[in-house]
Amino acid sequence: MTGSASPAPDSSAAPPPAPGSQLARERVRAAWLFLLPTLVVLAAVAGWPLFRTFWFAFTNASLADPAPPEFVGLENFVTVWGDSDWWRSVRNTFLFTGVSVTLETVLGMIIALTLNTRFRGRAILRAAVLVPWAIPTVVSAKMWGWMFNDVYGVINEMLLSAGFISGPIAWTVDPQLSMVAIIAVDVWKTTPFMTLLLLAALQILPEELYEAAKLDGANPVMVFFRITLPLIRGPMMVAIIFRVLDALRVFDLFYVLTSNSSESMSMAVYARQQMFEFQDLGLGAAAASLLFGLIALFTILYMALARDSVAQEPA
Amino acid sequence: MRHVLFAMSLATALSVPAVASAAETVAISCGTVGKEFELCKQGSEAWAKKTGNEVKLVSGPTDASEQLTVFQQQLSAGSSDIDVFRVDIIWPGILGAHFIDLKPYISDDVVQQHFPAIVKNNTVDGKLVAMPWFTDAGVLYYRSDLLQKHGQKAPTTWEELAATAKVVQDAERKAGNDKMVGFVFEAKAAETLTCNALEWVDSFGGGSIVADDGSVNIDNPKAALALKTAASWVGTISPQGVLNYEEEGARGVFQSGNAVFMRNWPYAWALSQAPDSPVKGKVAVVALPKGGADGKSSGTLGGWNLAVSKYSKHQKAAADLVKYLTSSEEQKRRAIQGSFNPTITSLYKDAEVLKANPFFGTLLDTFTNAVARPAKVTGAKYSRVSSDFRNAVHSVLSGTGKPEEKLKDLQKKLTNMSKKGKW
Repeated sequence: MTGSASPAPDSSAAPPPAPGSQLARERVRAAWLFLLPTLVVLAAVAGWPLFRTFWFAFTNASLADPAPPEFVGLENFVTVWGDSDWWRSVRNTFLFTGVSVTLETVLGMIIALTLNTRFRGRAILRAAVLVPWAIPTVVSAKMWGWMFNDVYGVINEMLLSAGFISGPIAWTVDPQLSMVAIIAVDVWKTTPFMTLLLLAALQILPEELYEAAKLDGANPVMVFFRITLPLIRGPMMVAIIFRVLDALRVFDLFYVLTSNSSESMSMAVYARQQMFEFQDLGLGAAAASLLFGLIALFTILYMALARDSVAQEPA
Repeated sequence: MRHVLFAMSLATALSVPAVASAAETVAISCGTVGKEFELCKQGSEAWAKKTGNEVKLVSGPTDASEQLTVFQQQLSAGSSDIDVFRVDIIWPGILGAHFIDLKPYISDDVVQQHFPAIVKNNTVDGKLVAMPWFTDAGVLYYRSDLLQKHGQKAPTTWEELAATAKVVQDAERKAGNDKMVGFVFEAKAAETLTCNALEWVDSFGGGSIVADDGSVNIDNPKAALALKTAASWVGTISPQGVLNYEEEGARGVFQSGNAVFMRNWPYAWALSQAPDSPVKGKVAVVALPKGGADGKSSGTLGGWNLAVSKYSKHQKAAADLVKYLTSSEEQKRRAIQGSFNPTITSLYKDAEVLKANPFFGTLLDTFTNAVARPAKVTGAKYSRVSSDFRNAVHSVLSGTGKPEEKLKDLQKKLTNMSKKGKW
């Protein structure tokens, strides 16, 4: 730790303003002023709709009834809580999230490590990797839906001709199989996102560490788990949290790919069904609020754990 | 210069009275794609020309339930943007409160020309909230060439259909067509499954889920037998994939030549006879089979109607447009040019209509005996009723539930929902 001594103060640099000084207060005020337009826009396009959703959740608002909604307290939340369809959608959503994010992280890491090595055509390959991410999810879902079709889908055609299956499989029908299909499509689509984030993290790692490891005779696996993984854990956790939050809100893959029976719904599909198909705005808003609550809970949990782990870093 | 200004102001003053008496503009939402939109555009513009008014055609989502969502939001907000709405047969119960009564504008003798079941369906709390425009019911398509080839005839009962489908399916697969399946229908857990399953249940005499008096009647042995029969098709004469098929999914299999039978709406006929269709000239249409010897042939009533918003600022003109578009002359034109099934019964005996659509003659009985979904009696709760029903059916078809158990649970659930039949 000989290099950890604080550097001698540079006499040419102005010292930072003392806390509580006039200059510091003006800087803080200027910062808030610059942020104000963004905060106003965020409040208008995200805050207000969220508030409206919360408000509707406590009413009997309905698309079928022109009369103004009445306050009904926690009635909607009790109804959702007692609905077995809701809990099945929660289970579906968490299963989807857990499996797909895990696979995306592992595959993303493998691809990122590959792209991080120098080879001809790397730039083109990096751009090509983005193609699945660029396609809108409903388009991907529709495309894969056709590929999964049991009678004329290409997937069954390939598996049948290769002899892996003896009869056509209806992938998007059976609740278990359709979950596999949905996870596969999401992994195909979102692994590039993880890849790019992890690649960005890998790009900033210092070369010196790897040269030193090579001199010491460390094998590649040891290098990965002892050097690479610890160093990019921070960015990787950020990428994982982003992805988990997005996965919990999944709607389009479930809605387009499955038969939409109560056995194969996500939380968002359930909320939409209550709100629009059943015209029950209040109940749908309650489900959406519970969905938001679960996501918020996960976020808070993550931030708490992250702060603890940061605090434990050696000084 | 003053002379020019004077002349301009004089011209303006003279033209104001003419502008004040200008035509009314009626906005109509009537289909969004293809033939249907084109024919509606022609009809609306013909009316505009005849009456001196103007029409504005409003497009929207192509999916019916998406349309319902958009309409509900507009009507709930009391919007006057759209005057005439094209509404599904099951929407009068849900949207009826937002529409005007058409009886003052259209005389009784005109109304009585239409199928009574549809008029009844569209009459909510004594108000005729929508005029029948074109109708639909489930029908059975079959490959007449294959049945003839294998010495079979068109089935009259579901048992016969299953047997015939098995024979032809096995023979065609043996002859080299591995993709051939016996029967495709629509079992995706959406409104389409409610239609399919109601046909099975009603054909066995198992009722219509909710009776006209508001009582739930789904838990009965005949309904259970109907579902058990349908479940026996999946994986044998029907591919597992039917559990995710809607109309276009089933038609894709049938029209590519890989299905012996298909249940679908009449719209599939014109498409199956298109020049590029692989099954052109090889298809025939009959009424759906009966549920056993003492059952009946039953197609679920579908179709579209025209309603006038009570928030419209041009109600009289809008009602006149509705009257024109649903008239005998206009329905005949649409039947000949687009195979849209008329709601005026006499047109099913019209020589020109039959020439363009040979099978329409057999549809008269189908439409007369069609079973209506319980959308009127259940009103705003119909979507829930339909969803619960089709989820129960979907469980039975996929093998994760037994008919008796599922119908018993469904009976309990719907009875609780019904507030003792008052909904």
